[in-house]
Amino acid sequence: MLSTMKTLRALMRSPQGAVGIVLVTLLLLISIFGPLLAPQDPESFNFGARFSPPSAEFLFGTDWFGRDLFSRILVGARSTVLLAILATVIGTASGALIGIFSGFVGGWVDELIMRTIDAIMAIPGLLLALMILTVLGSSSLNAVIAIGIAFAPGMARISRSTTLAVRELDYVSAARARGESKLWIIFAEILPNMVAPVIVEATIRVAFAIMTLATLSFLGLGAQPPSPEWGLMIAEAREHMFRSPWPILAPGISIALVAIAFNLLGDGLRDVLNPHSQE
Amino acid sequence: MTISYVMKRLIYLVFTALLVSLIVFSVTQLLPANAATMILGEYATDEALAVLNSKLGLDDPAIVQYFRWLSNVLQGDFGTSLRTSQPVGPTIMDALGRSAILAVTSLVLVCIVAIPLGVLAASRRGKPTDLGVSLVSYIGVSMPEFVLATLLLVWLASPSVGLFPASGYVPFSEDFWGGLHHIALPVLTLTIVLTAHISRMIRSEMADTLEMDFIRAGRLRGLSKRRVLFHHALRNSMLPAITVIALDVGYLIGGVIVVEEVFAFPGVGRQLILAIQNRDLPMIQAGALIMAGSYAVANLLADLAYGALDKRIKY
Repeated sequence: MLSTMKTLRALMRSPQGAVGIVLVTLLLLISIFGPLLAPQDPESFNFGARFSPPSAEFLFGTDWFGRDLFSRILVGARSTVLLAILATVIGTASGALIGIFSGFVGGWVDELIMRTIDAIMAIPGLLLALMILTVLGSSSLNAVIAIGIAFAPGMARISRSTTLAVRELDYVSAARARGESKLWIIFAEILPNMVAPVIVEATIRVAFAIMTLATLSFLGLGAQPPSPEWGLMIAEAREHMFRSPWPILAPGISIALVAIAFNLLGDGLRDVLNPHSQE
Repeated sequence: MTISYVMKRLIYLVFTALLVSLIVFSVTQLLPANAATMILGEYATDEALAVLNSKLGLDDPAIVQYFRWLSNVLQGDFGTSLRTSQPVGPTIMDALGRSAILAVTSLVLVCIVAIPLGVLAASRRGKPTDLGVSLVSYIGVSMPEFVLATLLLVWLASPSVGLFPASGYVPFSEDFWGGLHHIALPVLTLTIVLTAHISRMIRSEMADTLEMDFIRAGRLRGLSKRRVLFHHALRNSMLPAITVIALDVGYLIGGVIVVEEVFAFPGVGRQLILAIQNRDLPMIQAGALIMAGSYAVANLLADLAYGALDKRIKY
């Protein structure tokens, strides 16, 4: 807990870290309380006010049904931001487990796992996610699973190399000499040392996950109508794109802002937790 | 670089290609409905399904089916599309040619724009130029291709502005300027996104190189700033740049899929999305294999270029 506070304080001192943590906190609050904050019903039609530009009544304007874009963005934050975080957690946890196991066991098992991971990483990320969705079928949750699986190999590589580095250190040898069990060594000695690099990587991955999730929904393979998921909002707005740019601008800028926020936080965290590899 | 290194890399390429083909085949094997069900529809009788299954060889063990598929693919036969009943091979090869135009044009433009931009930012570290380049590339990195593509479409292809066509493709052999006109927006999108990625990487590589002793030695010897920058520092940053660009080819392939969909450009990406939406098995397999194959070849070329350029490394 003390070290968490220390990290946080160091983070607030760097400009990008400070902006990142403030933006991300704000975003998480919006994602959780979005439906309560929305000034209007995101699904209610206002046929008198179709394609309105931003105004006091409709902060971000309205779409082709006259739905309030501001309210839709607030409600849709949940299905974009929280699901992207979930995808990253799935990818990080499974990747870290595979990586630790592979690095800890070593030998031909390690070799087999790492060569398989090389082959999976030889497939471009979006293509891999598309293939997984082909099998699972199109839905928000399946898109989350697909992104999680696509993230796992990269995460496995990072945690394996950390495991290999930590495994040779004296205090691990000491634990082994004390006769501690393998599980104890993994969870009490190796895992805590991996937290920093894995968290840095995971934060930057959230930005990727948000962009990929929105892309999959845009391609019709993720969230399905009438969900106010941001990528899907843009896909639907394309039909009316020359009538008004606001139904595209509002979710488009939101996606970019969220990705920027997580990128800033990730870069800030890397500088704080990993002073050797700035940039 | 020795012949044995090239051979080793080629063998590794074949190995990767085999594993990727195995993954592509397994993924399509996992689909809930097989090809016979898709051809005959959901109301097919069991007898008709059994006849077609044995005719298509779908009763054989998976491993037998894999090797049959692989040997057909190696002979250029990707099967018949379930959607159009046309042979998949020629369709996908035509589409690949068109996608390659997008990818290669963007990659060349990116190298022309991103490398000088990264060098400029690194040489003016902390000054307004650097902050400007970094800010713009930060935004570019955080903007998914489909958002940027749609915004460019709304801005430059709207009926009132009408600078570029909103969608489609014209072969260069028919109408050169028309062809150029049609690839302009997709290429612009890909170039902007990739430039943001690569100029950031080049900047940080260059910034590291500029801190090194031999750069200071060059400046102290009285060499001009430009000479040190372009002859000494850039040359040493080129090697990591090649690796970065090769890795970003994977990103470029994802971008090509999205951009083709946005601009209704008839390339491999659009074929693949169409195939996924229609569960057109042979087309999915061919599209995925071709794209993963292109990525593997790009990585091979980057490794060979690396080996040829870096005299220090003996493989």
